[in-house]
Amino acid sequence: MLTLNVNGRARSIDVEPEMPLLWVLRDELNLPGAKYGCGVGLCGACTVHIDGQPVRSCSLPVSEAVGRKVVTIEGLAAKGLHRVQQAWIEHEVPQCGYCQTGQIMAAAALLANNPHPTDADIDTAMTNLCRCGTYLRVRKAIHAAANDLSAASTGKA
Amino acid sequence: MTTVSRREFLKVSSAVGGGLALQIGFPVASRAAHAAESAEVNAWVVIHPDDRVVVRIARSEMGQGSFTALAQLVAEELDCEWSKVSAEFASPNEHFRRNRVWGSMSTGGSQAIRTSQDYLRKAGATAREMLVAAAAAQWKVPPDQCTASAGTIVHGVTGRKLRYGQVASAAAKLTPPTDVRLRDPSAWKIAGKPVHRLDIPDKVRGKPVFGVDVALPGMLHASVAQCPVFGGKVNSVDGAAALTMRGVKKVVREDDFVAVVADNWWRANQALKQVKIEWDTGSNSQVDNQAIAAMLRDGLEAPNLPQARKIGDARAALASAAKVIEAEYQSPYLNHATMEPQTCTAWLKPEGFLEVWTSTQAAESSMTTAAEVSGLPLDKIEVHKMMLGGGFGRRGAPQDFVRQGVAIAKAMPGVPVKMMWSREEDMQHGYYRPASVVRIKAGLDVQGRLTAMHTTIACPSISSVFARNARMPGGIDGPAVRSFGDMPYTVPHQQVDYAQRNGHVPVGYWRAPGQQNAYYRESFIDELAAAAGKDPVEYRLAMLDPSDKNRRVLEAVAKAASWSTALPKGMYRGVAVADGFGSYTALVAELMLTPAGEVKVKRVVIAIDSGYVVNPDSCRAQAESNVVYGLGAVLYQQNNIKDGRIVESNFHDFKLPHIDEIPQVETVLVPSGGFWGGHGEAAILGLAPAVCNAIFAATGKRIRALPLSHQDLQPI
Repeated sequence: MLTLNVNGRARSIDVEPEMPLLWVLRDELNLPGAKYGCGVGLCGACTVHIDGQPVRSCSLPVSEAVGRKVVTIEGLAAKGLHRVQQAWIEHEVPQCGYCQTGQIMAAAALLANNPHPTDADIDTAMTNLCRCGTYLRVRKAIHAAANDLSAASTGKA
Repeated sequence: MTTVSRREFLKVSSAVGGGLALQIGFPVASRAAHAAESAEVNAWVVIHPDDRVVVRIARSEMGQGSFTALAQLVAEELDCEWSKVSAEFASPNEHFRRNRVWGSMSTGGSQAIRTSQDYLRKAGATAREMLVAAAAAQWKVPPDQCTASAGTIVHGVTGRKLRYGQVASAAAKLTPPTDVRLRDPSAWKIAGKPVHRLDIPDKVRGKPVFGVDVALPGMLHASVAQCPVFGGKVNSVDGAAALTMRGVKKVVREDDFVAVVADNWWRANQALKQVKIEWDTGSNSQVDNQAIAAMLRDGLEAPNLPQARKIGDARAALASAAKVIEAEYQSPYLNHATMEPQTCTAWLKPEGFLEVWTSTQAAESSMTTAAEVSGLPLDKIEVHKMMLGGGFGRRGAPQDFVRQGVAIAKAMPGVPVKMMWSREEDMQHGYYRPASVVRIKAGLDVQGRLTAMHTTIACPSISSVFARNARMPGGIDGPAVRSFGDMPYTVPHQQVDYAQRNGHVPVGYWRAPGQQNAYYRESFIDELAAAAGKDPVEYRLAMLDPSDKNRRVLEAVAKAASWSTALPKGMYRGVAVADGFGSYTALVAELMLTPAGEVKVKRVVIAIDSGYVVNPDSCRAQAESNVVYGLGAVLYQQNNIKDGRIVESNFHDFKLPHIDEIPQVETVLVPSGGFWGGHGEAAILGLAPAVCNAIFAATGKRIRALPLSHQDLQPI
């Protein structure tokens, strides 16, 4: 048995240590927010946070997540919506939406590490693929969420 | 009991969930799914006592936004409060049992709104009149003394009011009026506005809305392998090693695919790699790019081809033209590459009822495919429509995923099985945008004006794949001759010949089917403008009738892009105009070249006339989507054929654009009224030619084959 910390809860699972985290989340823990897109870490639809960093869960053996904090889209906001999710709604970012949970997790990690990313920072951090082509709105929503953060921190929210 | 209600589904799911927090948010519609006190005023409109309005949606949602826009049209005529509106998919089972009450469920060709707006608006208006009549009856006054607005009926004389929720049950019992007046779009309050999309909040929360998200009690998972050479069959299967692997339940052998069923998709897919499959690859295992090119080129030389258009005498006019310009253009096969791979969950229940959950653009076809494979009648089948993780035409006519999903369910009776393809399987078993080659000959007069154009198109026929020539009057495949057979330019002598050359690679409706022709035509017109020494916009305008809507969007885009103003040094631009899918579009692309010859598209301006605009923000989003989708095909996408199979396997060799490659997109909506056009595809038509024409401006090199990754480009 392995024990994972997922969204703040201890979860015991009996799986092969080499099983990618994505399939533990989706098929064992019934957390389908992280998506399968390529299986080889290229598209980012499976992005989750591990100890606050964005990780492609399709390519991470579950054994490497043991002892670390795993956060999925289902646990991104303690309650309600994370400001990135709010910005995503406000700017109508998703189209089909399939890649968007990964995009949101990548954006949330970017803002946690860099509250005011430049366009170049966004280019570097947001390597997720989107077939619908929502990239312009992804960028706009990240900037908007960054401004929400600064408004909140100065008491103007 | 012929369908499973949401309530029953929830109960079963949570009972077997073993305390896991099962999130059930699947769209399921049936009368039973609604609380008994809600009232179905008509097939489209359900009203709850607390005034919540549920609009039934027959078309699929794949990101284009019509789940919301269709609800806007119904709500507009119903005249309810938009904040009280939600939408749900209509049940395909109920659809057939009620004599196809929701009309077409097919979602393709940018048709969701334009081919259903009339009956949807009437449904809303009819429901409103029934609500008014019910209120009038309760007050014992004539209905024409009452008005309805924002979910409330008012009796004008006395000022009495009733809310829709208070009279919905009574209204539902009335005979619907047969003649209702629709509101003029200029008076719209809900339609025409950029309301927030109804499906987005669930999507940003990661709610299980997609086909791959289905979770059922005791559900197993399947991964599939098909013959890498299209058309091949299974010869032999040795699943012994796979069956010893953890979690593996069964190796399913069908005529043309093998599936491994396991308790987890990763285990199924790992085990599939250990199944020894011998394929009978058939006669196509030698086919490669060269063979495809030779097949198409043979079509260009064929005599007596079917003609998609003949105006005047192009051959004679070419023979006497002052100048003749000739060019050949070509395009490769392209996969749709939906982010969600093909998937289908099917459950053949002991009582002889089949439930299917899938991401489909054509739910009626999903139903009939499930019936064919299962042998069950349609009333013993339900297809639950899930949100699509991208469609782009892949999930419409080909219902291969449903065929496989149901076949697997038959092999595992009583057990729900979720089948999903690996990305590699998805890349190599598509229904590809056809490869094609065209030869165009143009005759110019001494002023450089286009007097004659003879186009020969060699291209596989998508229609013949799906309809066995049924939709090919005169031997002409509609998508294959797009943009030439209906070219708007007033050229006195035109001939368009079509050589159907199908090959063994399956072809399908890839976003804006036939769009390659818009690339060919608008690039070639640019060649002619250059040869004539004319401005590309002016050259086109001179060939467009004053009343042609193509002229209007071309003028609009030229204005919005400041076409007549010089660009900064190092920036270049190109233009294209094209109509299709009911709409008229024109694009200007601006780009620069890096010293290494890499193309960087910086700005795209689009003008669209779709007649009416139901949700302007969704329309803009679709324009942005078309630019990005088209850009990948321009820059680097190509599916090569070798040994009868697709060479590419994943996103490393079939690249999608990243965020740093995306140009600024400015969309100018210029709806002129009087017709209904689509937004899902039209804006992609002009993208490739506008970019390639800008490359010509930058380099002097004419791009006659895509993708650009094959081109050696240097700035002039």
